[in-house]
Amino acid sequence: MWRTSLAVAAILLAGAAQAQQQPAKITDEVVKLGILNDQSGTYADLAGPGSVAAARMAVEDFGGTVLGKPIQVVFADHQNKPDVGSSIVNRWIDVDQVDAVVDVPTSSVALAVQEITRNKNRVHLNSTGGTSDLTGKACSPTAVHWTYDTYALANGTGTAVVKAGGDSWFFLTADYAFGHALEQDTANAVKKAGGTVVGAVRHPFPNNDFSSFLLQAQASGAKVIGLANAGADTINAIKQAREFGIVQAGQRMAGLLVFLSDVHALGLDTTQGLTLTTGWYWDRDEQSRQWAKRFAERMNGRMPTMVQAGVYSAITHYLNAIKAAGTDEAKAVVAQMKKMPVNDFFAKNGKVREDGRMVHDMFLVQVKKPEESKGPWDYYNIVRTIPGDEAFRPMNQGNCPLVQQAEAQPAGR
Amino acid sequence: MFELIGIPPQALFGQLLLGLINGAFYAVLSLGLALIFGLLNIINFTHGAQYMMGAFAAWLLLNLAGLGYWPALLLAPVIVGVTGVLIERFLLKRLRGLDPLYGLLLTFGLALIVEGAFRQVYGVSGLAYPVPPSLAGGVNLGFMFLPLYRGWVVLASIVACLVTWAVIERTRLGATLRAATENPALVQAFGVNVPRLVTLTYGFGVALAAFAGVLAAPIYSVHPLMGANLIIVVFAVVVIGGMGSILGSVLTGFGLGVVEGLTKVFWPEASNTVIFVIMAIVLLIKPAGLFGRAT
Repeated sequence: MWRTSLAVAAILLAGAAQAQQQPAKITDEVVKLGILNDQSGTYADLAGPGSVAAARMAVEDFGGTVLGKPIQVVFADHQNKPDVGSSIVNRWIDVDQVDAVVDVPTSSVALAVQEITRNKNRVHLNSTGGTSDLTGKACSPTAVHWTYDTYALANGTGTAVVKAGGDSWFFLTADYAFGHALEQDTANAVKKAGGTVVGAVRHPFPNNDFSSFLLQAQASGAKVIGLANAGADTINAIKQAREFGIVQAGQRMAGLLVFLSDVHALGLDTTQGLTLTTGWYWDRDEQSRQWAKRFAERMNGRMPTMVQAGVYSAITHYLNAIKAAGTDEAKAVVAQMKKMPVNDFFAKNGKVREDGRMVHDMFLVQVKKPEESKGPWDYYNIVRTIPGDEAFRPMNQGNCPLVQQAEAQPAGR
Repeated sequence: MFELIGIPPQALFGQLLLGLINGAFYAVLSLGLALIFGLLNIINFTHGAQYMMGAFAAWLLLNLAGLGYWPALLLAPVIVGVTGVLIERFLLKRLRGLDPLYGLLLTFGLALIVEGAFRQVYGVSGLAYPVPPSLAGGVNLGFMFLPLYRGWVVLASIVACLVTWAVIERTRLGATLRAATENPALVQAFGVNVPRLVTLTYGFGVALAAFAGVLAAPIYSVHPLMGANLIIVVFAVVVIGGMGSILGSVLTGFGLGVVEGLTKVFWPEASNTVIFVIMAIVLLIKPAGLFGRAT
């Protein structure tokens, strides 16, 4: 018995020694991508199975191998819980040899994954997580934040709406960290653009009935009602605002985190005129339409959201970086990603900044009137293209330890 | 203009009315729960899922059969009520005479299964259900803009509650039902089919939940988890009103809706906790609930 044990131990040791000797090329003979998101809860329609489909498309389009080694996709449901997400990622890295964790909605889970991937030297390609802390105080040399962040959405919508005459704001804010951050970012953008904030109400999360809060917003006399919430809360607030004739009475609604899937669920009749910022829209040009069409064929006709498109784009860029760098070692690959420009159906001349932020143009859109729409999923008019450098937070204001800071930053978020 | 406790009276009236509207949902849902508990001694945790099924039934009737709101208001409760009858016949019936905990576990499990199944098929973004054209628009009451549909919700709920109360307390059928709860063996000896009565009662309680679901469909998004969010509050309402007390649950439903509405003005962050604080206080002072009989 002891003989077999010894033999096994010897083999294991030999294997370990060999792994150490070899300069890391492709470790363990496979590049494995772990798609971690919400498969059946609040965020399942905007990312969920669609993100997994987008990841598979990216791998197939890349040819299925990189540097002669196969590329695999695995996925798991983090149920929007940081503890569940953490244990999945730990297992993925320790046991299943996952090289990159991809997608990761829900800011709290994304931040937890950021720490694990930093400590265990694996890549984190975040598309759906919202918090701008991922490239701020929690930034990591092995992480890239691809599609959007709360700063870009708040800044884009806040500034543009004030410029269009909506210079007094009232916020309906989900009463937790994400909502507060979104409200504060937007309020800053509004004030910077010359507008005022007349009030805010913090509603419980989640919340079913918004009528009371909407009447308070109406009584405030503000020109714009900013929705600093997400998912079902935003949907219910918009639906009930329509019911109480808020928009017809002259106030505007501004959604600060609204996805294409939300507009689809609400219908154009309810959402028409809503102003929002998005990182990508399927019907922008021929290239994006073609990709979206292929995606829809796989997803029962559902058009991709910006974050699902972002998953495809981020993975493709990551695989290209592995090819160029000749290794899948996390820091080397991410450094390579920062050297190469991003040019695909998702972004034109996008670049990954030192803090991990993928900077690309954002779009201010207005939801179409029902009679303007030519068919299902034809929902947005692009009002303005926001250049990437204007849309995202300047690198020296994020408190990211990887980059030099501007002097005397006011202690903010 | 004068102000009441720092709030202009218009805003206050508006919020009171809104509270009443939300209270209407609490009342109809807790009425069904109280009915089922009072007569069957079952804590029906599936109630939230059945409320959701009512909303989905209305949506399906509209999108598959082209039947609008008014037929759905009648048909959806019947359809969901029939599923309730089947659940009672094939599952709950086997738990008669056991500790109520078993019924609670069974219905809780059923709720998870039903909600999971709907989530699988319809996703989680929710579906849109239009307000019926005859009730679209609203009236300006001077102190607020009242959507006609919300007014209708209050009216319909009050009628449903009154009819149910009258049937249970004022008719021969109701008397038989109450007798069957007190002493099933004796009532059966008089030639009354007690098991069938029990089944129908459960079906009716479920139909009430579905009725509330149809009422809710045009206001809230039709969503697999719409009942899960609501059911916890409704349970608190039943506990405050007194388990099994029909009139108690109706009055508490409306009352707590108003209290919650006012909290949303004065301290919005606390609006989802206030009902549970009240529940704790009531349980301390009057453990049987405001309208419950001490046992």
